Amino acid sequence: MVPLSHYLIVSAVLFALGAAGVFLRRNLITILLSIEIMLNAVNLTFVAFGRFAGDVDGQIITFFVMTVAAAEAAVGLALVIALFRHRESLNPDTFTNLKW
Amino acid sequence: MPEMLVFYTFSAVAILASAFVIGQRNPMYSVLLLVLSFAAVAGLFIQLDAPFLALALMIVYAGAIMVLFLFVVMLLNAPQEDALTWDRAHPLRHPVVTRFGTVLAVFLIVELGYALMRGNDLAQPIGSRASGEVVSSVRELGRVLFTDYIFAFEATSILILVAMVGAVMLARREGEQS
Repeated sequence: MVPLSHYLIVSAVLFALGAAGVFLRRNLITILLSIEIMLNAVNLTFVAFGRFAGDVDGQIITFFVMTVAAAEAAVGLALVIALFRHRESLNPDTFTNLKW
Repeated sequence: MPEMLVFYTFSAVAILASAFVIGQRNPMYSVLLLVLSFAAVAGLFIQLDAPFLALALMIVYAGAIMVLFLFVVMLLNAPQEDALTWDRAHPLRHPVVTRFGTVLAVFLIVELGYALMRGNDLAQPIGSRASGEVVSSVRELGRVLFTDYIFAFEATSILILVAMVGAVMLARREGEQS
């Protein structure tokens, strides 16, 4: 069986990639995708820990994380559409006003 | 060992696909590469005896959420991303701040490596139900979900309702009377 630390390292690398994407990219859609990468990395951690702890709680949490991620994607994309209608741009640096 | 080989293959695909998601200029390719990354992680889930979650990941994430992303990308006809310009005057780009951040990041990596090296690595599952029997059957998952976690499950339904109403409200055109 593959040791637990291997899964944790893969998940840490995936999370770091997602975080780097959030900071480096200038496209709202790619930023949302990076957030999905980070959520998925955390899911992998939960499932790995749950498997090695020998119960299903890790999988249950992952289940809820996936549900929340679905809700987050729906609201996030609706926000992106609303922002794009106003500014014709997906660059987050153009959205500096709270109200216009 | 074939087990390790499968693990390394899936991990490499997941990490490379995620890296290309970040590196890609065209959001369309980013979304498709993310589907590949999710498929690789689903393979890791199967290796971790979580076949239900692997299928849920493929169907719900790769099948539904990513299609939602694709719809938005195509609907917006998104312009090419502007090249990254470094705004030197930005307060977060101040040299002192960036050096402080670098030190913190290196510290965090060292700490994580130390924790992974020093901690007892698990090669075999531990715990009460670890001995051989498969704990990840859908029956067991459903039983725990609808007994121990019933409150969280019901709260999730309200969360989804709120998200649905919020998404409809946000994406509605302004000035439209409903």
